[in-house]
Amino acid sequence: MRLEKRHRTSAAAYVAAPVGAVAFTLLISALLVLWAGAPVAQTYALLAQGAFGSVFALTETLTRATPLILTGLAAAVAFRARLFNIGAEGQLYAGAIVAVAVGGLHGGTGLEWSPWVLFPLMMMAAALAGAALLLGPALMKARLGVDEVVTTLLLNFVMLLLVSALLDGPMKDPTALGWPQSVALQGELELSRLVTGSRLHTGLLIAVGLAVLLWALLARTVPGFDIRAAGANPRAAAFAGVPVTRTVVLVALLSGGLAGLAGAIEVAGRTGYVTLDMSPGYGYSGIVIAMLAGLHPLGVVAAGIFVAGVLVGADSMSRAIGVPTYIADVIVAASLIAVLVAGLLAQYRVRWK
Amino acid sequence: MDPTNETVLRLAGITKRFGSLVANDGISLTLARGEVLALLGENGAGKSTLMSILFGHYVADAGSIEVFGRALPPGQPRAALAAGIGMVHQHFTLADNLSVLDNVLLGSEPLWQPFSRRAAARTRLLEVSQRFGLPVAPDARVGDLSVGERQRVEILKALYRGARILILDEPTAVLTPQESEALFATLAQMVAQGLSIIFISHKLGEVLRVSHRVAVLRQGRLVAEAPAAGATQAQLAQWMVGRAVERAARRPSQRVGEPVCTLQDVHTTGGRDALQGVRLDLRAGEITAIAGVSGNGQVALAEVLCGVRLPARGSVTLQGRALPPAVARRVKHLVERGVARIPEDRHAVGVVGDLPVWENAVSERLGSRWFSHPWFTAGWVRRRSARQYARHVAETFDVRGGGPDAPARALSGGNMQKLILGRALLHPGAQDAAAKNAGAPLLIVAHQPTWGLDIGAVTFVQERLIAARDAGAAVLLISDDLDEVLQMGDRVAVMHAGHLGEARPAEEWTREAIGLAMAGGTA
Repeated sequence: MRLEKRHRTSAAAYVAAPVGAVAFTLLISALLVLWAGAPVAQTYALLAQGAFGSVFALTETLTRATPLILTGLAAAVAFRARLFNIGAEGQLYAGAIVAVAVGGLHGGTGLEWSPWVLFPLMMMAAALAGAALLLGPALMKARLGVDEVVTTLLLNFVMLLLVSALLDGPMKDPTALGWPQSVALQGELELSRLVTGSRLHTGLLIAVGLAVLLWALLARTVPGFDIRAAGANPRAAAFAGVPVTRTVVLVALLSGGLAGLAGAIEVAGRTGYVTLDMSPGYGYSGIVIAMLAGLHPLGVVAAGIFVAGVLVGADSMSRAIGVPTYIADVIVAASLIAVLVAGLLAQYRVRWK
Repeated sequence: MDPTNETVLRLAGITKRFGSLVANDGISLTLARGEVLALLGENGAGKSTLMSILFGHYVADAGSIEVFGRALPPGQPRAALAAGIGMVHQHFTLADNLSVLDNVLLGSEPLWQPFSRRAAARTRLLEVSQRFGLPVAPDARVGDLSVGERQRVEILKALYRGARILILDEPTAVLTPQESEALFATLAQMVAQGLSIIFISHKLGEVLRVSHRVAVLRQGRLVAEAPAAGATQAQLAQWMVGRAVERAARRPSQRVGEPVCTLQDVHTTGGRDALQGVRLDLRAGEITAIAGVSGNGQVALAEVLCGVRLPARGSVTLQGRALPPAVARRVKHLVERGVARIPEDRHAVGVVGDLPVWENAVSERLGSRWFSHPWFTAGWVRRRSARQYARHVAETFDVRGGGPDAPARALSGGNMQKLILGRALLHPGAQDAAAKNAGAPLLIVAHQPTWGLDIGAVTFVQERLIAARDAGAAVLLISDDLDEVLQMGDRVAVMHAGHLGEARPAEEWTREAIGLAMAGGTA
């Protein structure tokens, strides 16, 4: 079996690719559902219902989608510039812990600033923390050719251990009965609810707004051109006068900043404090979401909601019918593989021989 | 030795389609033992596709291949190698850090053989090298060899594996005239030993010299097949292009002006390709042509003048003024001052293939000013006017194939070069006819501007460069093609091992003197 580049991709292939990908994903997951001994149609129905079937389900899905969109954007902008930031998880924790440091610790230090000053300060500090964490690997890549996949991945563990030390040390909540959790954010710094009685918060609007801004930056501005050109072909970009190193640094700041904001918004919108299990791998899921979205910022919003829906829906379905929630991971993973393969097949033809 | 009647290779009715494009249309060819067959054709005529099919990289839609009387199974590169077909690519596939012997052995030994049998391999290599008159030092590091020697290693690699049919893809593109002569002598010796050779080239003169027979492809079809003896260059060119071809006549400069750009004692870092104290004046209204075997510092010279490489020592001044110290700013500065830059590698450097044509058409001039620019305001790209300008570039320079939104990658080599030329030579201010001269370039740096283009596009590019010179631009033309250097250059200088000789009027040079200087001798 060999792959041959298609001379040109037909319009039909562009339509067939995503449809085929969805069909493949549903088929693979259905086989596993059958194996678990559950009726396939009902399982899918319950999953969809659990994700989007009621106002409550919808708000839960969108709440879950908020950090996923932000880490998805972090991955998308970095990957566009071929800066493979695998460290969004660590950057998210950096943002979260710095947000609490700015918005929670000062109670005892005498700083009594208005939330109108403190809230932007907190968000900016969180974004800066995430950006700072990615700046080192980006500079090392640009100056010394150090592989950023390794450095950013390893920094995740460094950051988690650092947060763990802080949660057991200076930032430990004395009222938490010994649980390793941080002091809580000041109440007036928390994000307000979008739907009363739900957990959905205004962080979703921030995430969607940032997606639109990022899209505009990439598609409509000169720095956006620099990012796309430097990612697609750094030599040609440099020839056209794009400051390639500066662009990589800018992308690192953007990507790390978005991941840091994901942490801060999660703290300000949902948890109120930092624990070591506040992120079930949002940073890594962001990579999946960015790839699903074809690295398009607006696509990230859709992909983020899709993945969140699968995760939330699987939780609810699992309670009702007894198919393990791991099916959610299978669906997300299978859909990513299917989308990537479908994209390949749209460009290449398979020759059996 | 004259070719025998014994047919060693027979292609019958080879057809290959890519979508609606017919790359090979019922091509039938034979090759006799002891024969040199020249395969001639412009870019995109189907030469590469045909060779890829012969080598099993593609599977033909129709037709069959027979090697030494036995059918060759399609789609199996190994089968082609086993049947005795060897190919020497234009771009060498050698590992620089290994010895000659290692390079020859690489891939020819089975993986599960615990030790490589070097003594036996060395004997065999020396035997092959002696038999075909290709002297090599088996223990020399390939990285230390000259280009001609590397090519010899490539040929030996194929012969060592038992190739009896050798395909040479543009073998003289990287050689000095003297090295080419040596290669032709080797080819004669190889066919005398009973090898058969397919010689791919677009240099008509050498095709007539080395081959017994010429086959010409045009638009995927075999349009002519003739014995080399008795054929003329004009005839071959007409078959290749499909109409009578006039080469652009030599038109020397009429009015040479002041120096526009001056290089003083320029050094760069890096190995063989580094500049070693280059001095050069580029004067308005004059084409300065640089000849030389590629890899002798031409890349560094072009990059220094394009602003993408900074000299380690020495100075580059444009109209007496120094350039900004940082690369990105230097590039923008040069572009704004009217330096038109045409890079050697249009695919890898000239355009960003994934981005659309219109973005590539404006890329050089994006972001050089924050306000009052027709294409952007404070960093925000004004897409409509930028697209409109791209359309203007495409129309003026006859860029075909895909509109402004098609990815630049989709353009053919010739159209891509026209796009780069248009981007470099045109100026947004010159869009209205009244200000035509205001936007004319000050200096043109053209590195291999006609490399790999078909004859029509070559003439187009050369005419544009001459027209720009006549309008007062200083032109630097760096080319491996000696014919082009002699035809276009008002002054000619030769580059060798990072040193640039004195630029002297073209009339004072002979081909032999240039060839000698290219090899490092003094004329």
